[in-house]
Amino acid sequence: MNEVCFKNLTKDQCWSLKTYEASGGYSVWRKILKGELTPEHIIDELKASGLRGRGGAGFPTGLKWSFMPRHSDGQKYVVCNSDEGEPGTCKDRDILRFNPHAVIEGMAIGGFVMNASVGYNYIRGEFMEPFKRFEGALKEAYEAGLLGQNINNSAINFDLYTHLGAGAYICGEETALLESIEGKKGQPRFKPPFPANVGLFGKPTTINNTESFASVPEIISRGGQWFADIGVENSGGCKLFSVSGHVKSPANFEVPMGIAFKDLLEMAGGIRDGAKLKAVIPGGSSTPVLTADVAMAMTMDYDGIERAGSMLGAGSVIIMDESTCMVEVLTRLAHFYYDESCGQCTPCREGTGWLYRVLKRITDGNGREGDIELLLGVQDKIMGNTICALGDAAAMPVESFLRCFREEFEYYIEHGKSMVKG
Amino acid sequence: MISIDAKKQIDAWILKYPKDRQSSAVMQALKIVQAENKNRLSADTIQAVADYLDMPGIAVQEVATFYENYNHKKVGKHVIRFCHNISCMLNGADDLILHLENKLGVKTGEVTPDGLISAKKVECLGACVGAPMFQINDEYFENLTADKIDQIVDNLK
Repeated sequence: MNEVCFKNLTKDQCWSLKTYEASGGYSVWRKILKGELTPEHIIDELKASGLRGRGGAGFPTGLKWSFMPRHSDGQKYVVCNSDEGEPGTCKDRDILRFNPHAVIEGMAIGGFVMNASVGYNYIRGEFMEPFKRFEGALKEAYEAGLLGQNINNSAINFDLYTHLGAGAYICGEETALLESIEGKKGQPRFKPPFPANVGLFGKPTTINNTESFASVPEIISRGGQWFADIGVENSGGCKLFSVSGHVKSPANFEVPMGIAFKDLLEMAGGIRDGAKLKAVIPGGSSTPVLTADVAMAMTMDYDGIERAGSMLGAGSVIIMDESTCMVEVLTRLAHFYYDESCGQCTPCREGTGWLYRVLKRITDGNGREGDIELLLGVQDKIMGNTICALGDAAAMPVESFLRCFREEFEYYIEHGKSMVKG
Repeated sequence: MISIDAKKQIDAWILKYPKDRQSSAVMQALKIVQAENKNRLSADTIQAVADYLDMPGIAVQEVATFYENYNHKKVGKHVIRFCHNISCMLNGADDLILHLENKLGVKTGEVTPDGLISAKKVECLGACVGAPMFQINDEYFENLTADKIDQIVDNLK
């Protein structure tokens, strides 16, 4: 536990350059500056490590980095996505607060591998404490001569800047994030072209999640195989899981991929007040909900959660006990997507409003016969019909809540009140 | 319309982006200008930002209305942003929001008569393991209880 992004968590001033370097930090970057590591070697190690994008999509990081046209002329960029805001997710905030130098080193390594001399870290606008920590770390890194132009006479350039958001969940979508850095509304772009060809300011760009970047230095330092062996097949390494909801000790845990869900639940102190587990959202609000028995038999890795019928997402585990009214939870989630839809695609803009309004009338006691079919019909019309994944993210919970807890919705519609709360 | 100090702060952001890409600084420029204009934006301040960054007014207006952190109506000197998303909801946020409204004597979305405080329900602030939580200005307050809220609010001046 706590071997990579959280490895210095318990140390004094764990965010400082001094603490980071004392535990081997910047050793990979210094080797690069001395010409001892090649981009090819780093990509091979990343591929061997099995590291997959920690923001939710799970795309292999080494493969993603290999897509960049590193030998092409002109400016290229690396961008870190710290626009964390999917309900249930709060791990990147802690990485930025407690291990900012790992993000800086990971981004610098990425810049070297992809021949990108400039990086931006997009931090959500509300994260002022993490922003200040990260800016403090950047200042330390510049003063120590680890960033800038012709660093240590290596002919390597890497400048890193922070961009602050201003409150929009959609900017966590990578092309919306690029639009946002360009000073526009955060509305996703059509793909293709992919950012590796046409990205920030029209230049080749690779975007990775905060946890992905922060994992890179340790992986290169200790070897891809070392990281892969921590996890299980197809899910290399360890992963931060944010366990929140009805548990005794909610927290972020960095644990090996493949850990049993029930062990993770136990680490969070189990269900509080001696209550029974009812439902689990395993990967953040966009991932399908699971019933207790399915969750208790599940392992926490990409394939294990998929077999259980959901997705690992960003590792955001929301625990609900038997007192939870699933109709009210889904209504709240529907409100979130309705609020956060950027409005660009009609199925999402209109569909999220429909989902929310129908659910709201059910929880107001005014549900109508046929509302369940209406909800299922609307979510089906959103699924797969939008530019970005926010539409799918809004639709997936609806289908799964109605499949797993249909009787609660039927009861609410028939009786005008919650089956659980009365 | 934009103070010298604010211009200095905006200029520091412009330096982070490539030449002729000063529009990338618009999000921060709006925040900086908002902060020195009683925490809200007006048509005039939005136009002033547009002029300063050499952007069309409508482009700045789009940004100002797309992102949630910009205020277009009157808000308090201190803005309490209460998360009511799922992890906070499961931990009693709804009851605590009612408690806060009673304590302030105004509803979320309104400003206290002395202009000191306004509160707002917001979506996930990314601190779910510290639920229930809210943000006041730049600071997060986590693991809230009714007593804790009373203390925090009483200390706002």
